[in-house]
Amino acid sequence: MRIKKQQESGILEGDLTPMIDMTFQLIAFFMVLINFTQSEQNEKVKLPSSVLAKPAKAPIEFPITLHLTEDATVVVGGQETTIGGIGPFLIREKNVLEIQGKSPDDATVVIRAHRVAATGRVQELIKACQENSFEKFALRAKEDVGNE
Amino acid sequence: MKLRHSTSSGNDKIELQMTPMIDIVFQLLVFFIMTFKIVSQEGDFNIKMPLAAPAAGTPDELQVETIRVRLEADGTGRLARMSFNDRVLSPLQFDDQGSWVNADLLRSEIVAVIGTDRGPGSIQENAEVELDCDFGLNYRHVIEAITAVSGYVGDDDTVIKLVEKIKFAPPRPVTGG
Repeated sequence: MRIKKQQESGILEGDLTPMIDMTFQLIAFFMVLINFTQSEQNEKVKLPSSVLAKPAKAPIEFPITLHLTEDATVVVGGQETTIGGIGPFLIREKNVLEIQGKSPDDATVVIRAHRVAATGRVQELIKACQENSFEKFALRAKEDVGNE
Repeated sequence: MKLRHSTSSGNDKIELQMTPMIDIVFQLLVFFIMTFKIVSQEGDFNIKMPLAAPAAGTPDELQVETIRVRLEADGTGRLARMSFNDRVLSPLQFDDQGSWVNADLLRSEIVAVIGTDRGPGSIQENAEVELDCDFGLNYRHVIEAITAVSGYVGDDDTVIKLVEKIKFAPPRPVTGG
C-alpha cells in the first residue's frame, strides 16, 4: 500500500481565540477591581477590628491622618516622629487650613493606631492635637466581616 | 505606461497580525496583576473632644449623666477588668486571639440606661460615655468597648445605634503595663 505523503507546507496556526478570551476577561476583572485612591495606610499599623467599622458614605472633608505604631512612633506624611514631635506638623496643618479660610475645628484627625498600642499613647496623641486646637477625631478600625 | 496589476486574487486569506495585540494585552494583564491589592474596608468612630471644658451654664434638662466605663489592664495590656459606673462587669470572655467577645455584657447595661426611645431629644441622643482606660491597655480593647457602646448589628444586618457621644477621661499615668 502506498502511503500518501503529507505535502502541506503551510504554517501551523494554533487557535488563539480561547486564550484571548480568557486574557480579556482577566484584564476586565483587574480593571474593575483596581483602586487608584490614595489609601492612607501604613504597613506597620495593624488596625483593631470592629463590626461597626463601615466605610464612610462621604469622604472626610479635611482629614489629617496620623499613624501610631506599636512602639509609639507616629507616622505622618511618610515621616516618622514621636508623639512629642508632632507639634510642628500640626502647626503646619493649622496654617494650611487658615490659608484656606478654615479653622482647626473643620479638620478631622484620623487616628490609625496599632491594635496593641498602649491606649495612653493614643490619648497622648489626642492631647497633642487638642493643644493645637484640633477637636474632631476619628478612630479608625478595620471592618470585621466575621460574626461577632 | 504599463500598469502593474495586483497579483492577489480574491481568494487570499487576510491574516491579522496578532503578535502586537497579544504583547499589549499581556503587558496590561501584568500591570493589573502587579497593582492589584486586596484592601480590607475601614471605618471610623467619630469622637469630639475639645480641650476646653464646656462652658458652665444652665444645665440642659435633657442632659443625661455621663456613663463612666472603666477599662483596666493587666501587665500585658490585656483587658483585666471592666466597670460600668463603678460596678464591675464580669465575667469577661476572650477568644484565642485575645479579643474580648462578650460585648453584650456592656451593651445590655447601656441599653438599660438609654432605653428604647430614639430620635431627637431622646436619652439615646444625649447620652454620653466616658472611657477611663489604663495607660497600658491594648488599644483594640478600647475599640471593642466603643463598638459595644456605639451599637450593634441587628438580625437584618442593619446597625442599631446606641450612644454616639464618646469621650476619653484624662489619661492615667504610666504603669507597668
